[in-house]
Amino acid sequence: MTEQPMVINDPANCDFRVNRAALVDPGVLERERERIFDLCWIYVGHESEVPLAGDFRTRQICGRPVILCRDDAGRVRVFLNSCRHRGAVVCREPEGNARHFTCFYHGWSYDRAGCLDGVPGRSAYPPSFDPAQFPLLEPAHVASYRGFVFLCFDPAAMPLEDYLAGAREYIDLVIDQSPSGQMEVIRGVQEYDIEANWKLLVENSFDDYHLLTTHSTWLDYLRNAGVEMKRPERGHLLPAHGVGRVLGNGHAVVDNVNFRGRPVAKWIPVYGEAARPEIERIRAELVARLGERRAARVADTNRNLVVFPNLVINDGSSVTIRTFHPLAANRMQVRAWALGPVEETPAARAIRLDSFLTFYGPGGFATPDDIEALEMVQAGLATWREMPWSVMTRGMAKEGEQLNTDELHLRAFWLEWQQRMQTVPRKRTAA
Amino acid sequence: MSAPSLPGSLSRSEAEDFLYAEAALLDEWRLDDWLGLLTEDARYWVPPNDTPDADPASTLFTIADDIARIRARVTRLKDPAAHAEYPRSRTRRMIGNVRVFEAPPAPAGEAQALVHSNFVVWRFRRGEKVREYVGHYRHTLRFTQAGLRIAHRIALIDAMELGSLGSVSLIL
Repeated sequence: MTEQPMVINDPANCDFRVNRAALVDPGVLERERERIFDLCWIYVGHESEVPLAGDFRTRQICGRPVILCRDDAGRVRVFLNSCRHRGAVVCREPEGNARHFTCFYHGWSYDRAGCLDGVPGRSAYPPSFDPAQFPLLEPAHVASYRGFVFLCFDPAAMPLEDYLAGAREYIDLVIDQSPSGQMEVIRGVQEYDIEANWKLLVENSFDDYHLLTTHSTWLDYLRNAGVEMKRPERGHLLPAHGVGRVLGNGHAVVDNVNFRGRPVAKWIPVYGEAARPEIERIRAELVARLGERRAARVADTNRNLVVFPNLVINDGSSVTIRTFHPLAANRMQVRAWALGPVEETPAARAIRLDSFLTFYGPGGFATPDDIEALEMVQAGLATWREMPWSVMTRGMAKEGEQLNTDELHLRAFWLEWQQRMQTVPRKRTAA
Repeated sequence: MSAPSLPGSLSRSEAEDFLYAEAALLDEWRLDDWLGLLTEDARYWVPPNDTPDADPASTLFTIADDIARIRARVTRLKDPAAHAEYPRSRTRRMIGNVRVFEAPPAPAGEAQALVHSNFVVWRFRRGEKVREYVGHYRHTLRFTQAGLRIAHRIALIDAMELGSLGSVSLIL
């Protein structure tokens, strides 16, 4: 049976539509698991979350329990968190430091490199039983780019750096905040569910068209706190200029001139007078290290980056890492962290975290309204049989530059999604 | 609000009266009146679920408001454009297991008391699942000339992650 196209892209007629079945149909989600989540590079965590040998974090990634850890050789490893004997989860704590990962059921135990090094009552196994055949299993590929650790379940996947394509430039911009090029995940994770299809959060994460309407209370908050906001120029919706850019392999970004304050490095009155010298010091360090031009690029632009399919790095009011996995066609689990330079002073770190909370997170002044918007979309999508199409044509009739309030970047995500969904995966062989 | 019998000492029933009155203001969405219970330097924190005993200067919180942002939060919540709370949810708070402890005095020397309590806050919205926030309050209450006031209010959520609670769009 041929599948109905879910995305209609007809540039000649300026038509771009997404079939709403893509956001409600459990069958679509099943194919997404097979054709997207099992084939793409997927973000697991950050190297700074496991600084020492034996440090570990457990997470659900693509519906599988995994362990992110560091072995004795200092390598960051990712293991499937499941015993080779009967399958039980071998590490049940969210984080910690372990010499062994021991399954409590029958006591099989694995060292930090995943090798099976303990089998109670081993003599009862036949002579052919070889523990070396039963290490904790690793995904087909694990790789890092500038501290961001990804896995891929597809043995035939392209290298991570190739996969990231133009997204690397934007990750590099984030890393340039740190004098040593080292960023770290800050303690405190925000984990919450949204009753909506996961792709709605992809759209929302870099949809600047909704900023003015959905987040008017946040803009009012900034304005009331004394943040200067220009009237939008002709043809613009927002106080500052911004563009949408396509980065290859479904990745895309909105890249706009900052108007909202940044820990690196644009002071706004919300931070308080006392924070001003610290922000100026950070700015001066950037200029000295990177030169005026690159410093301005790092410090005066906000960038919301989507790495296909489910990693968002927002470098705005603060730097957030946000990733999300579908739990059902109409439900997702979201995890978000703050990222900061390792050498940040306590004062600068406090500003960064405070600035984060002005906008982001489940208690922020904006994210709760995003969650509400996505859940209202999902509720409305119950009409998908009567109204099967979502329109996504902003900017399509224009030559040249696409604004951040246009939808070029959203279309790029959906075109990649469509292409991957139409590709029937090869049969995979298991270990 | 009943005045304490002795300056600097707070009985459990006085603490309970205060917390019940606060809960009623929040359940009735009398947010401006609730602001009146706060000191000029009040703070309101909801720590992250994975690190409840932390400092917002070094740990990412769910909420870490100073008085300016508490007031901004109320301004926002009163605006129909605070979509997460429009239409407004109904809430019902139950507070129990109240215990009163000594606390160091305020920077300006006023006496303070630390009050621990358990809470359940149910949040109801038409067509939505009931959200049940279960946790623990830590109120630092200050004896001021105007009466007892909240100097610091920490709402610790017991859930390991927010999960199906979604956001914390209301004042917990």
